[in-house]
Amino acid sequence: MSDKSAKAPQKPAKPGRSAKAAKKDQPGTGAGTATAPARPGRLAVFKTYKLYVGGKFPRSESGRVYEVTDSEDQWLANAPRASRKDARDAVVAARKAFGGWAGKTAYNRGQILYRVAEMLEGRREQFTEEVAAAEGLSRAAAAEVVDAAVDRWVWYAGWTDKVAQIVGGGNPVAGPFFNLSSPEPTGVVTVLAPQESSLLGLVSVLAPVIATGNTAVLVASEKAPLPALSLAEVLATSDLPGGVVNILSGRTEELAGPLAAHQDVNALDLTGAEDPQLAKALEVAAADNLKRVLRPGTDGDWHADPGTHRLTAFLETKTVWHPTGSLGASGSAY
Amino acid sequence: MATTPPSTAAGRAAFADATASDATLRRFLHGLPGVDAVGLEARAAALGTRSIKTTAKAYALDLAISMIDLTTLEGADTAGKVRALGTKAVHPDPTDPETPKVAAVCVYPDMVATAKQAVGGSGVKVASVATAFPAGRAALEVKLADVRDAVAAGADEIDMVIDRGAFLSGRYLKVYEEIAAVKQASGAARLKVIFETGELSTYDNIRRASWLGMIAGADFIKTSTGKVAVNATPANTLLMLQAVRDFRTQTGVQVGVKPAGGIRTAKDAVKFLVLVNETAGGDWLDNHWFRFGASSLLNDLLMQRQKLSTGRYSGPDYVTVD
Repeated sequence: MSDKSAKAPQKPAKPGRSAKAAKKDQPGTGAGTATAPARPGRLAVFKTYKLYVGGKFPRSESGRVYEVTDSEDQWLANAPRASRKDARDAVVAARKAFGGWAGKTAYNRGQILYRVAEMLEGRREQFTEEVAAAEGLSRAAAAEVVDAAVDRWVWYAGWTDKVAQIVGGGNPVAGPFFNLSSPEPTGVVTVLAPQESSLLGLVSVLAPVIATGNTAVLVASEKAPLPALSLAEVLATSDLPGGVVNILSGRTEELAGPLAAHQDVNALDLTGAEDPQLAKALEVAAADNLKRVLRPGTDGDWHADPGTHRLTAFLETKTVWHPTGSLGASGSAY
Repeated sequence: MATTPPSTAAGRAAFADATASDATLRRFLHGLPGVDAVGLEARAAALGTRSIKTTAKAYALDLAISMIDLTTLEGADTAGKVRALGTKAVHPDPTDPETPKVAAVCVYPDMVATAKQAVGGSGVKVASVATAFPAGRAALEVKLADVRDAVAAGADEIDMVIDRGAFLSGRYLKVYEEIAAVKQASGAARLKVIFETGELSTYDNIRRASWLGMIAGADFIKTSTGKVAVNATPANTLLMLQAVRDFRTQTGVQVGVKPAGGIRTAKDAVKFLVLVNETAGGDWLDNHWFRFGASSLLNDLLMQRQKLSTGRYSGPDYVTVD
């Protein structure tokens, strides 16, 4: 993978490569970029993959792109190679969206997440192709992954208004008080998406973060960013307010550093930091403003029951002491 | 650098013919060359593409901080808020004593005494809007009383608004005389004249207003009140910078410029500084001659400054909430 200037972001300018891409572009392997002409003589329409920041689809501020290849090193598309300034813009967008998103009712957030599942379902074909190309899966196996990803959105959509019952509630205290704890979102969460699982893993780390009211800056898999960049199109059409999810593609290491040190990021999910050295350095940088850090280690099987640990990882607990007056003979004032 | 106050006889004498009557003043102002709107906007946009990095950026950020008129002009202003603003003006970033002070705090006349007390002997000036700000719709006597009140309370600078109704209906002499009267009432305080460029409709009008203000004795010409939809833009500020440059060439009198309203990011502020340097020249790169009327801009400058010194992106949790 080499860097290309933005002046020629579209690969087909190189005849040799384009021919190769077209040849291997049988149904099920095309990844939605180098779509072969359906009819002879029709020009191919290539897709420009872009970042997703603040509800818009900008190119990288730096103008850089990098080549994305499939599992057999065949060129698929050029993806934007985001810079630290794109990361900064994404944090600003996420911060701006936080109040509105956290302030929505949990029920409404659930509806919106379910809507994401609906939109994703409608694009099954496209995602099946992209996942098959990105992960080297057969078409049937890729379709299963997409189904699981849709189901994962539905699973987390259902959780939005149930988390409070799991981790919140009344606390018994020795005094005339109602003592109530309720979970609140942590804030802006930087998520390093899993490197290997380009869609199911991605959804499994992203959905729980926003389900509880956080906003996310997501760094897509470095090797297989195309499903993430296409997921942005799904999110943009699902009533999800702009800025709640921001998706960056590029070098994980280059983007993760500034994000881990950013003073306006509240938490960090290190799932995609595969190199232990890098993960450690990011944890150190994150400690500066006491970010919550999730370092799951090898988070292997994305098909398994996800549990609730990712939902509860990025929550703060607010506890309210409400005076009830003196206790009656029964020992209870209420 | 010419520092003669433009109100002196020498400054205005050259224009005695022009200001003799409404007709001559009209002839003079309409005789100014027309503005090439497309060229002006293209020039302003081109100068906005300069990349200012590292040491130049550090210099620009500090300079921009030192040029801010930290402003609060709300109906809900309280003495407490003005005191907080004064403290922030003197110590913009309490975590870094190297941070320069801002140029001034800008408040309504009834808050001048409070602001004066808050900035103490720090050297930060107190500016006051006056003359029935922001509409300017009051009798001249009322406006002058407003100015005298602010000056008596200790204001170092007066920000007046022109009568846009009179200007737009072509009664230039009325505007001229009003500015001259306010200048006289201001005494030693420096006078900033606000044109409210968003209401003047055309670039030609902004050029005419700039010259009218300078002839009448303005120490500063200022774009806007910050209370209308269109405030300071790079193009209208560039136009006013050309006016002060030409005015100095012609008369030897230097006049300052203050864009106000709508400048919120450090990046925007640096673009304005490029405009100043490339249009009026380095003589204006000083808070005696160039100011930013702003409030939220300061926080962004401070965050950028923190980024430069620590290498980490800062956030709104590390600056004060205004």
